[in-house]
Amino acid sequence: MFKKFSPSSDVSGQTSLKSSVQRSIRTSLLSQWKVESETVEQIWPKKESLTLVKCRDHISIYTFHGEPLFFQHFDGPFYPTLRLLHKYPFLLPMVRIDRGAIRFLLAGAHMMCPGLTSAGGYLPPADAAMPAGTPVAIYAEGKEHAVGIGITKLDTEEMKKVNKDVGVETVTYIGDDLWALQTL
Amino acid sequence: MASQEEPVAGPAQPIAPIQVLYCGVCTFPVEYCEFGSHLKKCKEWLQKEHPDLYEKYYSEEALQAKLGTLSLEAQTKLEKDTAKKEEKAEAKAEAALKKKMASRVTIKRIERNKRKHVTAIHGLEAFGVDLKKAAKFFAQKFATGASVTKNTQGFDEIVVQGDVSGDIVEMIEDQVGLLKGVPKDNVVEVEEKKKGGGGA
Ligand SMILES: [Zn+2]
Repeated sequence: MFKKFSPSSDVSGQTSLKSSVQRSIRTSLLSQWKVESETVEQIWPKKESLTLVKCRDHISIYTFHGEPLFFQHFDGPFYPTLRLLHKYPFLLPMVRIDRGAIRFLLAGAHMMCPGLTSAGGYLPPADAAMPAGTPVAIYAEGKEHAVGIGITKLDTEEMKKVNKDVGVETVTYIGDDLWALQTL
Repeated sequence: MASQEEPVAGPAQPIAPIQVLYCGVCTFPVEYCEFGSHLKKCKEWLQKEHPDLYEKYYSEEALQAKLGTLSLEAQTKLEKDTAKKEEKAEAKAEAALKKKMASRVTIKRIERNKRKHVTAIHGLEAFGVDLKKAAKFFAQKFATGASVTKNTQGFDEIVVQGDVSGDIVEMIEDQVGLLKGVPKDNVVEVEEKKKGGGGA
């Protein structure tokens, strides 16, 4: 989503959000992420205002004091930026890719099932399976911090069964153009 | 306006954020430097700034452990790729710097009619200046109109109402605000007179 992204040509405008809109965003974050309101309050205090940065292809980036905190495609789920996820790694459920897949991810590729089902990879056990369309943190074999954020293309049990093609679509990763944008 | 609701009573405390150490060279979390394109410089940086972490990531044992489930063959390939990437990135950075230092900023005084001028500034973006922000900055500074427009060659340039060419040259010499990093030696001043019987 952010392999190529340039603020000068891909941003169409910035607006600060009405408080009613901000309230509904806060409610969505609390229901979509594994986080308590106290922590969201610490990330983005109620008293302070969030800015919506409208971008090409219906991407909305939400910034706080200029720092991108999370984003959304159309009115889909909210994704934290990777830097926010690094601070609060519990926000999203996790999958892991094996070491061999890291360099493909860092080149912007989507993640194939075998990279998730191999010995170095990780998918949740059957009783914690995730349906298709779940935003996930992508971890990497031997690494402590998430390397990317994606969305499941298939049910995680399905990934284990078919074990080919794309399992997780990459949304953002370390070194993409969103990563490079520390302020907007 | 906003309803003043108190947080629900309970022991819930905000969870303190984790501070990940990002590399001062490639910006990646330091454990990912090996996948970037500046590994040599990253390693030098880490060794200098965080010698303990350097041990953690680049000691013999660490390199052994890192192999994980990857075969030796795949690891060798990865290292080769990294070295290649590094070379490429260095060559690219060098070429980019050369290009940057060779690029010109043109400040053109254009006569609109007898007493009216506009000033067109072209080429600032090569030095990392955000044109929209710069236009706003000039507009404020000179209390006049300024905008980013495409010139006849299709390149973006800033057009400021009024003759402010001398002031802008001075601002670049003084490295004011947004213009920091624009070398004054790369600035060219041009004048465009109205042809034929303009004005009156
Ligand atoms: Zn680095």
